[in-house]
Amino acid sequence: MSHSPSDPDVHHDPSIALHLEDLTVSYGERPALWDIDLDVPAGVMAGIIGPNGAGKSTLIKAILGLVPVSAGHIRLFGEPYGQQRRRVGYVPQRSSVDWEFPTTAVDVVTMGLYGQLSWWRWPGRGERDQALRALEQVSMESLADRQISELSGGQQQRVFIARALVQNPDILLLDEPMAGVDATTERQIIDLLRRLRDDGRTVIVVHHDLQTVQRYFDWLAFLNVRIIAAGALEHVYTANNLRRAYGGQVALLDEAQNRPNAPSDA
Amino acid sequence: MLSFLTDYTLQNVMIGAALIGIISGVLGCFAVLRRQSLLGDTLSHAALPGVCLGFLWAGSRSMESLMAGALFSGAVATVIMLTLTRRTRLKMDAALAVTLSLGFALGVVLLTFIQNRGGAAQAGLDSFLFGQAAATVRGDLYPMAVIVLIGLSLVVVFWKPLKLMTFDPEYAAVSGLPVRLLELFLTGMIALAVVVGLQMVGVILMTAMVIAPGAAARQWSGSLLGMLLLAAFFGATAGISGGVISALAPGLSTGPVVVLVASAIALFSLLFAPQRGLIPSRWRRRHKRSHTSSDRILLTVYELAREHGDWSYRVEQGAVDAYYGMVTEPLLQALAQRDLLKAADHMPDEGPHWQLTQSGCEYAAARSRDQSRTRRLRQVERPA
Repeated sequence: MSHSPSDPDVHHDPSIALHLEDLTVSYGERPALWDIDLDVPAGVMAGIIGPNGAGKSTLIKAILGLVPVSAGHIRLFGEPYGQQRRRVGYVPQRSSVDWEFPTTAVDVVTMGLYGQLSWWRWPGRGERDQALRALEQVSMESLADRQISELSGGQQQRVFIARALVQNPDILLLDEPMAGVDATTERQIIDLLRRLRDDGRTVIVVHHDLQTVQRYFDWLAFLNVRIIAAGALEHVYTANNLRRAYGGQVALLDEAQNRPNAPSDA
Repeated sequence: MLSFLTDYTLQNVMIGAALIGIISGVLGCFAVLRRQSLLGDTLSHAALPGVCLGFLWAGSRSMESLMAGALFSGAVATVIMLTLTRRTRLKMDAALAVTLSLGFALGVVLLTFIQNRGGAAQAGLDSFLFGQAAATVRGDLYPMAVIVLIGLSLVVVFWKPLKLMTFDPEYAAVSGLPVRLLELFLTGMIALAVVVGLQMVGVILMTAMVIAPGAAARQWSGSLLGMLLLAAFFGATAGISGGVISALAPGLSTGPVVVLVASAIALFSLLFAPQRGLIPSRWRRRHKRSHTSSDRILLTVYELAREHGDWSYRVEQGAVDAYYGMVTEPLLQALAQRDLLKAADHMPDEGPHWQLTQSGCEYAAARSRDQSRTRRLRQVERPA
């Protein structure tokens, strides 16, 4: 594939859900992400995995324009994020907000629609109904009018997912959605994400639990400041790639390899 | 008796104080929820040099020039503060504190300079430190009312962006909102609220008007709109009662009185608000007791003793509290009165301990056998 110098966007294929090219992000002295090239095809359930400090959250934030990019560019379905805002649903880490804020579950979900309302219009009945339907998708409709401070961690996480779903996104970015939720909620969330994937949407999940990688995802990117490997699960989930991504973190590696169906170098 | 309502000065004081309470209460909610309580403090202290500059520029104590000066220095302080947090490694609280002291020091220097210049015109400028309600004239109210009206309409117009940014600034940015600009805008509005209150409440204590009504309102309301309305009400109440009290008692600075009333409202709310108040939630924890029988607690002690293989095993009261998620002392005392438990010696750095008495041990053993027999019977009776 050759780039035409006059029009660098010519090869940006809209069937590629997420395209990163030469992406570098730096906080101060050393890069958090270095020279990332990544193409996530549409309609996959993708996991982004890597050790702590690998830049997983930074990657998501860069895609959403939340951190300044030092070099490179990002395209979603062939376009920059600013033009695709409405097609992208974002589920941040639960700890990123103060859950003591005075509001209800359905109100938080309604906030997911603020971007689509003209700025002077207050949300009304129609928006509330949409929000309730989104809550139904995460089995939270019975808690719609509950104060968010009274929800459990798993319930709060599902409210955040509903807030992303309410805008009916084509691509969903989730930052550690399984962190601090109970096993039942984790199962519910993964089932929901699978349904969304089967529906033709692209789901990209920052994930930290190596135990479940193989069961949850059909596409993987190993990240440790650089991309170590990326592609369909069966091609890239190898002991060698795990070792290269996790380096000296032997305990984690052993844990992953001691499972009965541990990956082996193909 | 109600003749004071028609008194010219008191009317002015009441209207002015209500305006201050409403605008600072409403805008203060955002500062409270964004955990920037020091913001109001910083902006009000930073307004002092502006007030002095406004005075020097106009050569008189006209409300408009003083307000314009205060707004100007508030804006400068905002820029310094935001630059410090964004460009240096200082955290928000440090940046606020630096700006606060800088502004106040500059203000006091200018104030002394003006006072040493002498002249009748400077009289009363130092009332900006603690506020002086009785000095309010009708003409002061108009610029205040205009600012309050502008502030409230801006909150209505920018309701969604402000709410989204206060709850989840990152998500607001993802939704395409200019978060930095909104932040500046919100800070500017809080500066407006502070400026409105300067003459009556004073720079030093204006911060209480920004924080206390919002903090109190949060205790009672479960929605942002409810919180804002309630904060406006609390703010007005504190402003009016403080203003009136200080106007009736000659020589009393308004700021401290207003702050005492606002703090009383906040304290009452923290203690007594039905859902979030300290005392109702304490009471709920204690009330749970009636659903827990003392026999269950005795059995818990018995089980612990059995697991430790020691019938005189000493159980710490805190452990029982933790197990039941409530205050169990009254129940433990009741068991002691029935001679089933007795207080035990304990380490000085630990809480009270309890152990089974001989009769308590026998009683619990009997109850425990009863329970397991019932369980077995239930299992037999249950259809296969």
